[in-house]
Amino acid sequence: METTQQTESKIIELKPFADEMVVNMGPQHPSTHGVLRLELKLDGEVVREAIPHIGYLHRCFEKHSENLSYPQIIPFTDRMDYVAAMNQNWGFCLAVEKLMETDESRNFEVPERAEYLRVLICELNRIASHLLSFGTYGMDIGAFTPFLYAFRDRERLLLLFEKVCGARLTYNYIRIGGVSEIIPMEPGSIAEQNFLDEIEAFLDYFEPLIDEYNDLLTKNSIFAERTTRVAVMSAEMALSYGATGPNLRGSGVDWDLRRDEPYSIYDRFDFDVPVAVDVPELGSVVGDCWSRYKIRMDEMKESVRIVRQILAEGLPSGPVMADLKAVRPPQGEIYFRSEAPRGELGFYIVSDGTPKPVRLKGRSPCFSALSALQELSRGLMVADIIAIIGSIDIVMGEVDR
Amino acid sequence: MIIDEKLDKNVIVTSVDAVANWARSSALWPMTFGLACCAIEFMATAASNYDLDRFGAGVPRATPRQSDLMVISGTVTLKMATRIRRLYEQMPEPKYVISMGSCATSGGPYWQHGYHVLKGVDRIIPVDVYVPGCPPRPEALIEGLLKLQEKIKTQTVAKRAHVPFLKRLFTKTEWYELEGTETETDPETPSAEGDSAENTA
Repeated sequence: METTQQTESKIIELKPFADEMVVNMGPQHPSTHGVLRLELKLDGEVVREAIPHIGYLHRCFEKHSENLSYPQIIPFTDRMDYVAAMNQNWGFCLAVEKLMETDESRNFEVPERAEYLRVLICELNRIASHLLSFGTYGMDIGAFTPFLYAFRDRERLLLLFEKVCGARLTYNYIRIGGVSEIIPMEPGSIAEQNFLDEIEAFLDYFEPLIDEYNDLLTKNSIFAERTTRVAVMSAEMALSYGATGPNLRGSGVDWDLRRDEPYSIYDRFDFDVPVAVDVPELGSVVGDCWSRYKIRMDEMKESVRIVRQILAEGLPSGPVMADLKAVRPPQGEIYFRSEAPRGELGFYIVSDGTPKPVRLKGRSPCFSALSALQELSRGLMVADIIAIIGSIDIVMGEVDR
Repeated sequence: MIIDEKLDKNVIVTSVDAVANWARSSALWPMTFGLACCAIEFMATAASNYDLDRFGAGVPRATPRQSDLMVISGTVTLKMATRIRRLYEQMPEPKYVISMGSCATSGGPYWQHGYHVLKGVDRIIPVDVYVPGCPPRPEALIEGLLKLQEKIKTQTVAKRAHVPFLKRLFTKTEWYELEGTETETDPETPSAEGDSAENTA
């Protein structure tokens, strides 16, 4: 067989066209991040087409939302993106709060202390999510050590989350109008000081480790060989597929909702938005798997920076919950988006003035990113499919909802 | 006299059951198989801090044909249920199932309005140990594994040996009736074309 290799990306053109073989990858596969099934149409080892089949984890989120009151929906948002559940809680609560603000008579303010706690916890949750992504990506590609390193450090973060809400994975911590008070932490008390001290101790421990991770995996030549120049997603392609978050920034588009459309109190903090650039010494070009992965590693540093600023300021005193009698948004509809670790998380709510929403749709960043897989994988090898799935960092709970 | 001395040092007298159960319970190889949120806790249990390998279950296999233990870690949807049944049937005897979390046990938070959620994985496969929690902590999963090991130690090889013979006498549904498990037929798969594509592989 004649093969011609392009210099820009690793797309292989094969002729003559051999018999097509259909191979199923998943739903039980260790590297498809859950229950994704890919129908691969293969020509030898070259992928002609990869068709994602989803719905193996469809848990009826929208149906539940129509039958439950607003505060009761928050635990179900936890189970959408279970790796970054705090951010999902927050996205939903922000949307409901925005909808309630449209009614002048029922106006309320989220307390300052609650806003600080939300940013603090959600940035730590972002680190935990990116750590898991880093660990499993390494494992998918064939390096087992990053998995053990990532889970070792993630456990310390989970201990911190347990201290504020008692849960390790599905938190239900951020509520409409503030945060949960299930474990009381009085302003200025010893409990609060201990909590902040523990976060500081974690940051001091964790910050040098990011460089160690980079030495371990990012600059590893075997890893770079597997991920650089593989599945290059151009900026136009990323925009047309609606890819957001690290996938969009990995394609060189400078866009972060925390900076460009600041919600909550993000405008008070000083942080950079990492955007992918060419790295000639490793052979990486903008938009390849390595760039998308590297964005996550850089974002962890920025999250550490934001948390450090909160620790320097200290948590403001006051209540953590707004004075809300009942959560009953006025008639109307709203779409609100926030920056979750995987990208733009949006909630579209239609309300008729009752305690239950008429319609609720979640806009999931993973679903949009996954839709690009079909075009990204065309002409690559079967082993590269694993590299792509890991680099776009999908969580099937959020894809299927 | 000389033979006696040699035997003392090198021979242990025991029963076949004790040896077989010891071997089976202390080398449970789980299948690498995550469904939802509980899978993250299952990974955490297998990773550095909780280290499932201490209990002999630290060799996750990527294929059902090499594994003894199936941890149903997450929500079982109707579309996935037929696949789980097929994976279970591919596992060699003796095989064990841990239902991890409330979703796998009873449908969990999705039991009321979850039109696409199977209300308990025991409707399609027999379950040995149920671990409650949403998701269960790693300690809870380890406790479930220890309970399963206790259960294995009470079984006998002889009883197990009868199973394939008896199975031949009954049809599959009758066998599950005899065992006392639910006899529901396989839930319908929403996508018919998905099935046919899978058969071609």
